[in-house]
Amino acid sequence: MNWARTTAIVFLVVVSGACLLANFIAPASYAHQFRDEPDAAPSQQHLLGTDDLGRDRFSRVLYGTRVSLLLAPAAALLSSLLAAFIGGIAGFTGGRIERLVMAGTDLFLSLPWLFLLITVRALLPLNVSPIVSVLITFAMLGCLGWAGAARIICADARSLSRSDFILLARASGSDGFRLFWRHLVPNLKPVLYAQFWISVPVFILTEANLGILGLGVAEPLPSWGSLLRELEGFSTMSGPAWQFVPLVLFILVVSSFHLVLTKEELAI
Amino acid sequence: MKKLLTSFLLAMLLVLGALAQSGGELHFCLRSEPKTLNPLLAADDASETIRYLTGGVLVRVNRLTQELEPGLATSWKVTNGGKTITFELRSGLRFSDGTSFSADDVAFTMQQLMDPALHSPTGDAFRASEGKVETQVLPKNHVRITFPAPIAGLDRLFDQVAIMSAKSPQQEMAVLGPYYVSENKAGSYLILKRNANYWEKDSAGRQLPYIESVRLDIQQNRDMEMLRLTRGEIHFINSVDADYFDKIAAQDPSMAHDAGASLDSEEMWFNQVANSPLPAYKKAWFTSTNFRRAISEAINREDIARIVFRGHARPAIGPVSPANKFWFNAKLQAHPFDQKSALQRLAQDGFHLKDGPLRDREGHAVEFSIITNAGNKARERMATMIQQDLSGIGIKLNVVTLDFPSLIERITHSYDYEACLLGMVNDELDPDAQMTVWLSSADSHQWNPSQKTPATPWEAEIDKLMRAQASTLDPKKRKEDFDKVQEIAWQQEPFIYLVNKNALSAVSPALHNAHPVVLRPQVYWNIDQLSLSSEVARNH
Repeated sequence: MNWARTTAIVFLVVVSGACLLANFIAPASYAHQFRDEPDAAPSQQHLLGTDDLGRDRFSRVLYGTRVSLLLAPAAALLSSLLAAFIGGIAGFTGGRIERLVMAGTDLFLSLPWLFLLITVRALLPLNVSPIVSVLITFAMLGCLGWAGAARIICADARSLSRSDFILLARASGSDGFRLFWRHLVPNLKPVLYAQFWISVPVFILTEANLGILGLGVAEPLPSWGSLLRELEGFSTMSGPAWQFVPLVLFILVVSSFHLVLTKEELAI
Repeated sequence: MKKLLTSFLLAMLLVLGALAQSGGELHFCLRSEPKTLNPLLAADDASETIRYLTGGVLVRVNRLTQELEPGLATSWKVTNGGKTITFELRSGLRFSDGTSFSADDVAFTMQQLMDPALHSPTGDAFRASEGKVETQVLPKNHVRITFPAPIAGLDRLFDQVAIMSAKSPQQEMAVLGPYYVSENKAGSYLILKRNANYWEKDSAGRQLPYIESVRLDIQQNRDMEMLRLTRGEIHFINSVDADYFDKIAAQDPSMAHDAGASLDSEEMWFNQVANSPLPAYKKAWFTSTNFRRAISEAINREDIARIVFRGHARPAIGPVSPANKFWFNAKLQAHPFDQKSALQRLAQDGFHLKDGPLRDREGHAVEFSIITNAGNKARERMATMIQQDLSGIGIKLNVVTLDFPSLIERITHSYDYEACLLGMVNDELDPDAQMTVWLSSADSHQWNPSQKTPATPWEAEIDKLMRAQASTLDPKKRKEDFDKVQEIAWQQEPFIYLVNKNALSAVSPALHNAHPVVLRPQVYWNIDQLSLSSEVARNH
């Protein structure tokens, strides 16, 4: 474990800890509008100033990071499991089933997901709380993000299914499910692990993109997407420095997720 | 006092005009490519800009005084109960290609305008009823146009009708306005050149317009437009958001122009459609006047104007902005922010606060969603502020941003929504332009469109008053009727008007004689009087 990886892990732990303790650390509610102080500079009361509606930016960064940092891994886990199931079965069974499943996966990859996400978001019931809305957003991301990983897992599963230890297990009388569950899946773990860590920043970015389009997490709940929307527009380049804290944190967290992976995992 | 100021400004314009420097190229941006160069088909902003800059009209609404002024016609008279209008035309005028102008061109334009096959959006305003429009060419440069039914505000409608040549081989490209289209690079830019045959001269007898040419760059990105203005590559931005406006004002206060409240409004409304898929108890809330009034009183409009629009807006009062000098009902005031009064109104309908949330008579917690279009920051901020305001009276509001097509589908077809927050863009001063909103049978009667018969007595009353004002030519009677419509709208609040945004624009110091106003086109309404500083003019 090199120093960069260690630093990244420590950083992620500290940030995650701070977010989990947001209820105790945040000086104000993320939703409360201090209407006499919109766009305020940092002060003792507002450590990172306030946003354009007068909401405490430090509190919003804490809660927004919690939303993105907890739910992006959850979505990554869901998509990795789906990828393992679909890609694993396809690669293990091979033949027509593999070709059929991979054709479906290719079709899935070629669909314009942004438009689909927008359409699905528009079809959802309107009267859902911001918490439910954010859960739906990340669940959708998890359900839609498996295809790329499934192709890689399928290739790995195909290669493993032709390996000597599988042949030996087959010769020893192991049948389909046991062979898949006891012998194949444990050997898919490294690639699944890598896919999981790669997916986390991807989902964070996707939510941020949806947020920039105004289609992410519902107000007043903050997320990195909604926090980054503050920086939308060229004119913000000349804005105050504290406005950029969510962006800096976002870059650091996404970079840390990449640093957490070892060289071998990245190679996968 | 206002009249005195307006007269002073007009006098200043004339004096400055006499001192103006000729030549140069004016640069500004269009947000999209014009969909058509045919002035009769112009419906989008970019096409209307080209029409304004190139089209010669019989009469022109002065955007500063809001009065009608002579254009290609020196005088006009509406007779026959509002069915007929007779114009006396200027003589000796020529189109940009040298073709002579006559009453035949007016007759040709009217025939084209009213041709059902053309589907002219400008022509729609003249189609009050079925029947043929007759145009008679009379001796001594007179032309008479007779419509099958009276049209309220008939003369002002001709401000939008650019006269086309009946004989020119260039067809719609031959124009009578200050400029003609010289070059059109699709998707990139348009160059307009000064029309040497333009009819108007300044007080010193010099040919107008002063500026030699106009370059219109097609630029969708507002940030790029801002950047180009600060670099001096363009001379103005016609309409600027409040955020950008403050940044411009901080850099150079002389560039930022706030003309005051515009005609545009931001408003919310509740879905009152009888067959919408909402539960019955919610329909009962939304159709209750007390409920709507209470919501209105619970919203702090002053805060919205101050925070969302950075002070460049004012609390809205009703369907007509105070910027509309003649038609605004000055007796009305903006609804005050009073949450105590809001709770009292709600109590009259059996609503009560219990264990935190507000509940109706049957015990349902009051919660509803408001939809608005994604990507519009100001509306999203307004909705978030309303969310906090309503939580003050125990109401939970869910803010939902939707892409525009989905939103339109919900408010016009499926009616699967509870409340909606949108804005209304008003170009026309005359209340006739709002007929499609206020008539209960109209498609744009947003809270409950296309009714066979009015659902409520007050909607029936509005129908009656709107039809009455449209069928008389007496401005005083029309004003009385439309004042009553505004009063009913204020009392019933089918639309909860929130703010009237100010008309904000940014103008380079290199552009002279620019006096931005609230009516479109805010900056270049006096295009023929604008001039560029001598340095800029020399460089071109």
